[in-house]
Amino acid sequence: MQTQELIPHLFRTEYSKIISVLCRRFGFDQMETAEDIASDTFLTAAQAWSYKGIPSNPTAWLYNVAKNKAKNHLQRNTIFESKVSPEIKTDDAYEQDIDLSPKNITDSQLQMMFAICHPAIQPEAQIGLSLRILCGFGIDEVAEAFLASKETINKRLFRAKEKIRNENIKIEMPDLAEMDNRLENVLTTIYLLFSEGYYSVSQNQVLRKDLCFEAMRLCHMLIENESTNKPPVNALLSLMYFHASRFEARTDQNGGLILYDDQDTNLWNQDLVAKGAWYLNQATTGNRLSKYHLEASIAYWHTQKTDTKEKWENILQLYNRLLQIAYSPVAALNRTFALAKANSPREAIIEAEKLQLTGNQFYYTLLGELYTGIDNKQAKFNFQNALTLIKTPADTAIIQSKIDKLQD
Amino acid sequence: MDEFVLIFRHEDGNKVASPEQIQIWMKQTMDWIGGIAAQNKFVSGTGLPFADAKIVGHGGVVTNGPFGEIKETIGGFITVKADSVEEAVEFAKGCPVLQGDGNTVEVRKIAKNDGVH
Repeated sequence: MQTQELIPHLFRTEYSKIISVLCRRFGFDQMETAEDIASDTFLTAAQAWSYKGIPSNPTAWLYNVAKNKAKNHLQRNTIFESKVSPEIKTDDAYEQDIDLSPKNITDSQLQMMFAICHPAIQPEAQIGLSLRILCGFGIDEVAEAFLASKETINKRLFRAKEKIRNENIKIEMPDLAEMDNRLENVLTTIYLLFSEGYYSVSQNQVLRKDLCFEAMRLCHMLIENESTNKPPVNALLSLMYFHASRFEARTDQNGGLILYDDQDTNLWNQDLVAKGAWYLNQATTGNRLSKYHLEASIAYWHTQKTDTKEKWENILQLYNRLLQIAYSPVAALNRTFALAKANSPREAIIEAEKLQLTGNQFYYTLLGELYTGIDNKQAKFNFQNALTLIKTPADTAIIQSKIDKLQD
Repeated sequence: MDEFVLIFRHEDGNKVASPEQIQIWMKQTMDWIGGIAAQNKFVSGTGLPFADAKIVGHGGVVTNGPFGEIKETIGGFITVKADSVEEAVEFAKGCPVLQGDGNTVEVRKIAKNDGVH
């Protein structure tokens, strides 16, 4: 790999490790310092490698430079503080302080994950911070993922860091008693991160997939750690694998969305389906049925190519249970679609109209679909309502083609 | 928004219907509850099996029952959110239990812990 390719690659994988270790050592109040040192390390690498060539072990090189920069920072601080406290540490003491061993990196990253996913921080800021700190995304990439300006993202991250300082959030693992609750917050953020990629408004396909795979990587980290390897974590990973299996099938060459019913099932990735099934199996220990268990089971049925009544009856019953423990408009609409497939479209129309999700484009799209063939005038009316709420040209094209087919 | 409990009173289905029929009622009940949950109006609920039911009376006298042959036996309940008792009654009307002649669904408002009720 050439320097110009290698550095972004390493940045993605190593930046978050360096930051996590440094933040844990310095404390959250010096997060900016940790970020500066990490960024500075990569700048040094870019300069040095371009004329000296790439070192034989680039990662070790980066850690070494980061460690030296951190030591310098600590020393400078100590010299300043030593006017108050005469105790001066030896160079060796700093050497042990900045611990970039694999174990400490993993521990620091896990602790950082819990700190960022603290309930006191807004969900949007949690995702932004996760992308920046845990996944090593550049500000440009975070901005593109959110379709927001760099200024907006910088402000959002700044406010989130301020919040972390004000709330005095510690970089540490939660107590065992608190673990399940805090883990739930972490899972919510990971799932939001995944959804941000999966349903993103951004047209950048590579970036969107990166987001999804990063969410899965964070979930993998939780599973590899004994205290966080819990059934809901496995269920969430399973769910993400099932969704990811349709990556190639769900968009066309121009980035337009291909709906589930119209996808080429040969493009569904069976390796990812098998991985999803494996983690779903891992999730069946314990006696608590989380929403991720139900969503993963629903996603499992969606990986089945046959369009049978049995499939839709299973999906319907899973949605019936999911809605009882975790209502969401999207689940309500999907449940109604399953009802049409398992029972009848006429029954589903009655149920759909009770939902009254009149601000939601998918509510009208669903009604349009259900009325198609039963009452085309009503179908057209609903599709047109959907058009007024739609935000992307790709979605507009899909709905417009549905209306055109009605007029045939 | 208030909470209402919908109490189902009916015979023991196992005594009057085939396992296949019970299966159908189960599906209908799940679909009915799913429909309420899809409107974000479901709070909680459970079925109450007729097996192992006991009545504890005055003086601690324990008898078997209530007996499932009696149509007034409570077979389960759910709690829903509703703006009015009328809305809760509309939910109750969809309960599959009402397919059985003589069965009922009792709609009762849940007391709020506000010191008034």
